[in-house]
Amino acid sequence: MSASSAGAGAREGRIAARFAELKRQRRGGLVTFLTAGDPDGETSLRLLRRLPASGADLIELGVPFSDPMADGPAIQAASLRALKAGQTLRRTLAMVAAFRRDDAATPVVLMGYYNPIYVYGGEAFCRDAAAAGVDGLIVVDLPPEEAEELLAPARAHGLDLIFLAAPTTSDDRLPAVLRHARGFLYYVSITGITGTASAAEADVAAAITRIRRHCTLPIAVGFGIRTAAQAKAMAGIADATVVGSALVSTIAAHLDAGGGAGPGLVDAVTGLVEDLARGVREGSATVTEMRR
Amino acid sequence: MSGTPGRPRGVQTRLATEMDVPNTFRAGPDDRGHFGLYGGRYVAETLMPLILEVERAYAAARLDAAFRDEFESYLEHYVGRPSPLYYAQRLTDHFGGARIYFKRDELNHTGAHKINNTLGQILLARRMGKTRIIAETGAGQHGVATATVCALFGLKCVVYMGVTDIARQSPNVFRMKLLGAEVRPVTSGTATLKDAMNDALRDWVANVDDTYYLIGTVAGPHPYPMMVRDFQSVIGSEARQQILKAEGRLPDALVACIGGGSNAMGLFHPFLDDADVRMIGVEAGGHGLGGDAHCASLSKGSPGVLHGNRTYLLQDADGQIKDGHSIAAGLDYPGVGPEHAWLKDLGRVEYVNVTDAEALDAFQLCARLEGIIPALEPAHALAHVSRMAPTMGREQILIMNMCGRGDKDVFTVASALGVET
Repeated sequence: MSASSAGAGAREGRIAARFAELKRQRRGGLVTFLTAGDPDGETSLRLLRRLPASGADLIELGVPFSDPMADGPAIQAASLRALKAGQTLRRTLAMVAAFRRDDAATPVVLMGYYNPIYVYGGEAFCRDAAAAGVDGLIVVDLPPEEAEELLAPARAHGLDLIFLAAPTTSDDRLPAVLRHARGFLYYVSITGITGTASAAEADVAAAITRIRRHCTLPIAVGFGIRTAAQAKAMAGIADATVVGSALVSTIAAHLDAGGGAGPGLVDAVTGLVEDLARGVREGSATVTEMRR
Repeated sequence: MSGTPGRPRGVQTRLATEMDVPNTFRAGPDDRGHFGLYGGRYVAETLMPLILEVERAYAAARLDAAFRDEFESYLEHYVGRPSPLYYAQRLTDHFGGARIYFKRDELNHTGAHKINNTLGQILLARRMGKTRIIAETGAGQHGVATATVCALFGLKCVVYMGVTDIARQSPNVFRMKLLGAEVRPVTSGTATLKDAMNDALRDWVANVDDTYYLIGTVAGPHPYPMMVRDFQSVIGSEARQQILKAEGRLPDALVACIGGGSNAMGLFHPFLDDADVRMIGVEAGGHGLGGDAHCASLSKGSPGVLHGNRTYLLQDADGQIKDGHSIAAGLDYPGVGPEHAWLKDLGRVEYVNVTDAEALDAFQLCARLEGIIPALEPAHALAHVSRMAPTMGREQILIMNMCGRGDKDVFTVASALGVET
């Protein structure tokens, strides 16, 4: 695994520290995605607090948006559930701050769309997010061409702006994507929306090899990874594996008749995280074995 | 602008001073697709290479005389352009002020201005070798215009339409199906035009190789706002020549309705540097601007980022997009084209609004006095003309864009008037 060359700056951030630790352990990481406030603020915080012990190495927290254009039905529904329960960006930051009181080490990355951040105000948002204990930002609809106005405040407050690469991102374009990238690179493994198709393992492996020629940051692979078996396969290819829709669908499957959190919801989600974490560890062990 | 109630914190705007006024209003956008603060390319990385490909292809086509000739030939022989500039004598007499002209884009094939744009973009899509066309539609006019050109060129066509709109625009749904298009009902979000656009973008991300996204208005990521404006500018270019021929001078005012803003942009753009020509865009006031049941993004919205561009949006303090309301499905969009946002801030174009009830009155007046049943969208423009014309002198000239015909709306109007059909 390659070390994070950029991004550490004056302080060693939690993201860089976690990837360095994963490298020492010779294993890939598990990144779990949940939508903040899904299905309600209290349950969401309980889930968040249980994730590290269940095996999540990094936490991605989705910021609900009314128009999530890059997301499939599962995460769209999660966004609507959270908004209906009253989630706002301000509450999401408060949730991270509450999580940080018990966990100083697990990196938290907010993932969402630009409008809520823009309306909050880029500078104010980066200041408040950093104060809450957020480590990085993935802004799906903010390509490098438009990222300038968020880059400066993100840097000033020590937040890693994490960029996406996709199968459509050519070798010509990769340097532009990577120029301002910090923390890790998020490889979107399919041309499609979240939680729909799954990429073939060989295609992802070829893509990661191609990207590594340009990239010294760790690479996380996401979109379409649902099972422990898939996570195991990806662990041999990338530095980290992102699972989102499968977790969010587990929440949807454990709602009560009124749409609130049903009995067993938290255990079902953390149970899946435990399975996925086992998959990632087995996949990493296999690779280490093979490389010997 | 500063101090406008409800403006989100952190959004920096200020009054345009004389220093900010450009030499020309017609040079935008810049090479990154920005009209001042607005526009841009806010799309996911997967789509970014596709947007850049459309931009390159359009830049080449724009300079290609053969492309222009083909476009103009189809506009003449297939669409029926130029559309007439008609002096509305009886409405002029009725209002007792300015001489009122209608730019008759409702006489185009398919009954609205939308086909000017779909024709231009389908020629581009063919040039790019794309074989599958996707589109979003609200009222169904853009869907019909897209299905029409897809039939003309034998391309597969998928139209995304919110289930709410499918229910209120069923004649257009059937027209699209007759033309061979597949209409995909959109149930996500609030199941209206903005959600249809979300689903079209989701389709495009999943079908990057063969699919072209044919956006119906002057919104979306660059180059769409510029490209759609260019194709629609035939409206204003013709009107300019026609009024010079009819009256020997330029008009005093232009009036057009605004949903996304393509018919207005098409009429206004060729006149933007004629300082003596006033321009008024008319937004949907729905049940009035006091509540949330309207679509006046420019009057009551604030800057934000949606569907690939920064522009005025109807949104709450958390940046969540609000659903608008208008009796005219074609105006029912919570955003507006970024060039309009820019022209508003610069003060070059005035933006006003008209309620459902006022539009319904104008709709009926036009039918009775001119024998023209307008679409509910331009009925909004006419409602503003009814306020404005009487305040103008009899020697003054006003051109209104009659951008669509009202066949699609007769049942909506009957129901609003409590008439059994």
